[in-house]
Amino acid sequence: MIEINLLLIFIIIAAIAAVKMKDLLGSVVAVGVAGFGLVVSFLSLKAPDLAITQLVVEILCLIILIRATIKVDLPFSTSGRWLVNTTAAIAFLVMFLIYGYKAILNLPYFGNPTMTTSVFYFNKTMESVHATNVVSAINLNFRAYDTLGEATVLFAAAVGIMVIMRKKGRLTNENKNDE
Amino acid sequence: MMNKNNGMSLIVKTVTRLLVGFILLYGIYIVLHGHISPGGGFAGGFIIALSYILFMLAFGKEEILKRIPQPMISFLESLGALLFLVIAVFGFFGGYFFANWLPKGAPFKLLSAGTIPISNIALALLEVSLGLFGIFLVLVLLKFTPLKEGKIKDNK
Repeated sequence: MIEINLLLIFIIIAAIAAVKMKDLLGSVVAVGVAGFGLVVSFLSLKAPDLAITQLVVEILCLIILIRATIKVDLPFSTSGRWLVNTTAAIAFLVMFLIYGYKAILNLPYFGNPTMTTSVFYFNKTMESVHATNVVSAINLNFRAYDTLGEATVLFAAAVGIMVIMRKKGRLTNENKNDE
Repeated sequence: MMNKNNGMSLIVKTVTRLLVGFILLYGIYIVLHGHISPGGGFAGGFIIALSYILFMLAFGKEEILKRIPQPMISFLESLGALLFLVIAVFGFFGGYFFANWLPKGAPFKLLSAGTIPISNIALALLEVSLGLFGIFLVLVLLKFTPLKEGKIKDNK
């Protein structure tokens, strides 16, 4: 239990550093540190499936973010509107704490086997699907509708990227730069 | 055929040429064994995409577009989405949408668990093309953003 708490504190420190850092590239690296802390905490909670997916997606996002921020001179402003920002932040924080407290009261204790739904999946996966990876069986057999929705979202994102990248609608001046 | 000005240094190119095949093979392994061991279509597809992205970072964008051109990536993307829907509709052979109607072999075998391996492959195709599209989008957008002069190398 103690290593999970240490990892959570580590992730929180990395997230605060990502927000507070002036340098954009350093901020991206701090986001990566928070993500890798999440990977290690998934591993220590015995969820290797989630850990693999989180690790791979984290690497891809880091490459894309570093590639996007390393050469571009983005404007970075720290001044102005501090009153509105601070009031909104405090209001949302208070709301989050109130609803979070109400949600935590309803949760079962950590590690207690009160989740009857997961017991159903553990018992049923071997005999009805013959798959040994329960996560995969839930994703693609028991809850395939959810995965269909995810696939639709991914397909829509790719179509959006294709619309941005197409060459037909561009101006001629920019067309010249394109190879 | 390889332009010396594109991509990174010779050391990076040599190591990448040695490593990229193994990374691709590992991604395919993760996809095909998604119903036996941890992993699956999402993670394996992103690993395959990362192998291509490593190749692109080392050798430059033109080299990767020569190997796997952009219409082919969009074809793979559509094929993945369509394959997943076809699996769902073919479930009507077993009675209902998304029914696992294929014969389920013995557990721990590669050909088992009915439609789950095919769904994993479909999801992996989606993920591969999405990752490649994401990195291409960043490259295309970077071309048209104002840069500090002298910081980016000319591609030509």
